[in-house]
Amino acid sequence: MNLFCVGLSHHNADVEMLERFGGSAEIDCLLKTSGGAEALLLATCNRVEVYGASESRISTLEIARCLGHRIDPPSRGHNVPSNHVSPESAPFYRYEGEQCVRHLFRVACGIDSMVIGETEILGQVKKAYEAARSNGSAGRYLHRLFQRAFRVAKYVRTHTEITRGAVSVGSVSVDLAQRIFGDLRTCKVLVLGAGETSEKTARALVSRGVCDLRISNRSGERAENLAQLTAARVVPFENWRSQCREVDILITSTSSEVPLLSRDELEPTLRERIDRPLFIIDIAVPRNVNANVNALDGVYLYDIDSLQSIAEQSLAMRREQIAAAEQIIAQHVAEFDELIARGLSQVAEVPEHPDVNESSLRTSES
Amino acid sequence: MVCFLVAIAHTVLELRDKIFRPLRFNFVAVGLGFIFQTVFLYVRGHALGRCPITNLFEVIIFVAWSAALFYMVIGPAYRLSLMGAFTAPLVVLLQLIALVLPIDHPHPAKLPPNSWLEFHASISLVAYGAFALACIAGVMYLVQERQLKTHHLHSIFYHLPPLTDLFAAITRLLWWGFGLYTLGLASGFFVGQPLPWGQIVCALAVWVLYGLILQGRYLHWFAPKRVAALCVIGFSAALTLLWGITFTAQSHTP
Repeated sequence: MNLFCVGLSHHNADVEMLERFGGSAEIDCLLKTSGGAEALLLATCNRVEVYGASESRISTLEIARCLGHRIDPPSRGHNVPSNHVSPESAPFYRYEGEQCVRHLFRVACGIDSMVIGETEILGQVKKAYEAARSNGSAGRYLHRLFQRAFRVAKYVRTHTEITRGAVSVGSVSVDLAQRIFGDLRTCKVLVLGAGETSEKTARALVSRGVCDLRISNRSGERAENLAQLTAARVVPFENWRSQCREVDILITSTSSEVPLLSRDELEPTLRERIDRPLFIIDIAVPRNVNANVNALDGVYLYDIDSLQSIAEQSLAMRREQIAAAEQIIAQHVAEFDELIARGLSQVAEVPEHPDVNESSLRTSES
Repeated sequence: MVCFLVAIAHTVLELRDKIFRPLRFNFVAVGLGFIFQTVFLYVRGHALGRCPITNLFEVIIFVAWSAALFYMVIGPAYRLSLMGAFTAPLVVLLQLIALVLPIDHPHPAKLPPNSWLEFHASISLVAYGAFALACIAGVMYLVQERQLKTHHLHSIFYHLPPLTDLFAAITRLLWWGFGLYTLGLASGFFVGQPLPWGQIVCALAVWVLYGLILQGRYLHWFAPKRVAALCVIGFSAALTLLWGITFTAQSHTP
């Protein structure tokens, strides 16, 4: 039995091409093409891949055509888009046997993802496997392969730092807030400015349990609108400084050309809240908070540059872990190959309810 | 000591590889070390026929044992299991001092059994264990705080508890230590024999020192960072005073 993988990913295809070949599965076509063997389609916004097991070789073009079936052929008389890619010309890659196994393990571990170490892909792989199992297109070879992939991903996640650290500005902010306050449910947050960036950051904090959210903006109307969207309360702009006595997290993103908060202004306020840290996220450009505020005891000021720098540090840290993850993967690939060489003699049939559920099952890779 | 050294080596290797997961391993290593310490103190106490805190060597070993004891109790309760990575070096340092320095002299006099004196001394030393853990939590707070201030986050950053949790742990440990130490001091009035003035002054100095730290924490004299730093400085001073207490106790015993 040959294991193979044919696909496109963010490495060699743009979003448009992935959209053209991804989406609804043509598993029936794949199964017919492969002569009734096993097939599984993994389609995310960053990859479209077909994993299969067949006695005879199925060409990449045949699989590409199956994936292309769902694309309506351009009608006669209509203009064909200049960037139209046919199954024949799409740059599909192909991995067979050991390479296929290694590739799947790398995908499941997040090593092959656009953001290294992201964990959503594992949930997507599990969903794809569950779908293939439900419609009967995944047999004992793919079952064994994917169950092993889940184990490898879990092992790599536990034994390396590949998923460590936040890699976007919003998630870095939330991560830092949790490192300072622990439980965010009791935190009071003031958002200064009602722009898109502050809305995103505020939403990220609310999603982690923040209940007390306050919004202040020069334009009261915009503040009201954002407050309605995020279940916050509005603080008049002229009163926002007095709020610094109470709040734990201050997010600033106004378009002010001059700093709105300096060390001298904040210092008297801090005397009244000496044992409570104040986390200031200044995502405005130019900055709303004078940099010397960070020198105050108990104040942690992060501007957009420092947040981006931490995101890059995390990404670099994840990259450093790739070698360790590859080592683990190599061991499991060798073990799996041995199993395949024995003809899966020890492989049990597909269980009725294999272990695919995980509390963190997520649905999007991007 | 081997168990504690293994815990340190494990931490150092993981830090080198930037994979920092000392949770269960360090707890087991420190736990094993604690068991061996307990056996040692039991054997020593059995031979002496009393609580083995008759000289500076035994006192230091007892303090190291108390620190490990508090880690075993406090660490999991406050989810500060990473404390093991910080507790092990302190315990090794204390045990090294006890082993390397020529301080294991048998007590010059055959001490008569005095349960109040033994209670007074042992409970005061257990309080030192709490102060040691407060010192360790203080170091952890300072490490975490420094990383947050400078924006340079090491791998260890993601494994340290949040600042507010650490500060809560420091406060609780200070209260535990202060409470036990007060109990130890109070029991000193019932030992039935005069204690040397030097010993009383040193013991009171430790009590006043930690009392001031707690007072400063509640009257908002000090920011949390300064309380953490004072826990480290305070424990260093308390250890020095402990030497003074033990030295005067030994030299004044008939």
